Order: sequence, then C-alpha cells, then structure tokens
Amino acid sequence: MEWMLQYFEIFFALCLLIVGYGFGRLAEKRHYKSIFKREKKYQELLVFSLKTPPEGLTVTDSRLVTGSVVVSIDYFKKFVAGLRMLVGGRLRSYETLVDRGRREAVLRMKEQALLLHADSVINVKVETSSISKGRRNSIGSIEVCAYGTALKHA
Amino acid sequence: MLLSNLEVVPHKKIVRHLGLVQGSTVRAKHAGRDIMAGLKNLVGGELKGYTELLQDAREEATGRMVEQANAIGANAVLNIRYATSSVASGASELFAYGTAVELED
Repeated sequence: MEWMLQYFEIFFALCLLIVGYGFGRLAEKRHYKSIFKREKKYQELLVFSLKTPPEGLTVTDSRLVTGSVVVSIDYFKKFVAGLRMLVGGRLRSYETLVDRGRREAVLRMKEQALLLHADSVINVKVETSSISKGRRNSIGSIEVCAYGTALKHA
Repeated sequence: MLLSNLEVVPHKKIVRHLGLVQGSTVRAKHAGRDIMAGLKNLVGGELKGYTELLQDAREEATGRMVEQANAIGANAVLNIRYATSSVASGASELFAYGTAVELED
C-alpha cells in the first residue's frame, strides 16, 4: 500500500507539470499575441521617460495615468527554474514573465491615456514588486505598475 | 485636483509650494481570491483578482493623498511616486506621495 501512495504522489506531481506546461505555454502564446497586436495599435501614442515634454510643444492639459498587472509563472516553468538555480545562470522562464508584465502594464497605461484623448505620455516610471515574497512554497508572481503623465498638445 | 508625476506643470505656473503629502493603505487578499489565485498559479498568466485588488488599493492611497492635499489648500499634486512593499506574507502596502502645490488659475 505504501509504495502505491508514493507512486501516486509522483504521478500527481507529473500531472501538475504537464498541465502547467500545456496551459502555461498556450496562455503565454496568446498573451504575447495580444501584446504584439495592441502594441501596434497604440503605436501612435508616444511614450517618453523624459521629465520635460519635447521642446517646441505647447501643452494644454496634463493628467496622471497608471496601468498595473499581476502575472504569475506556471508550475512547469517554476520547476525548471528550480532546477536551473542549482547551477545558476540565466533563468529564461522568469525573463518572459517580467517581460510580459512590463509590456502589459505599459499597454494598460496607454489605454488609459487614450481614453483621455492624450497625445503623449512623459516621465514614465515602471515599478516591479513581488507579491508573494517570503512565503513558503511561494509561486513567482509579480506586480508591475507603470505610471506617467499624459499630455494633450495644442 | 491636478495630479502629475512631473516636477512642473508645462502649461501653468506654480504659485505656492505646500510640502509633502502622502497616502498609504495596507491590503490583504481574502481567502476565496487566494484559493483561486493558487489554482491560477498552476497554469500561469494574469491573476485578475490580485490586479483588481492592487488597483483598488492604489486608488485608495492616491485618494488619501489627495484628501491631505485638499486639507492644506492645494489644487495640484506634483512629482507623484508610487511604492509597493509587502509587510507580511499575503499583505502588501501601497504608498503614494507627492508635493502639494498651488497653481495659478
């Protein structure tokens, strides 16, 4: 009986890995597709990290805009990252996580700016924080917040 | 109330500086959401419940900051910064601060 239980545990973990791999990949692909699509769509709205508006512009209105998102890594990727940490080096599975989070947050900020009919967004700050830090069995989920000042030009 | 994370307002003049204003809130997520997020963690992707929660919290922090600015007679808050920190497992603190100023009309 004991050995069966042990096998069951291994089987269960494997199932989680497979589910994580399958759905995680699918979700990531879909997310990237939507990111690319929206990035193209909002291309005209210029975003700067400069503190002052480009010279020669007459600004008529300014407003704070923010965008934030919480994304998490899937079970499979977390497992792979765990293995990777034994030897060190690049954690590619986490790289896509933060990349997705940042781009999504900036896109949401742009969406908000477009709702205000803004022409550009300046002084953009992007901030990342881990929300499940210090917890045992913590899953890698991060919160990304992007904020800036939306400007209307004359 | 004009909110901006610039140091100056491009189309208006600052008449008076009124000093630092701040607002913060600590939020924990409730168990139901936590369980759902736990399930979602299996497959990865956006955790909508948390996104909403943090957005609400951020709005509240901003609101408190604005309240403070209103109380001292400002009509704009400039150079706004946001900070997030986790104070305990499962709870996070959202913090917003900026400089309250009075702008000319």
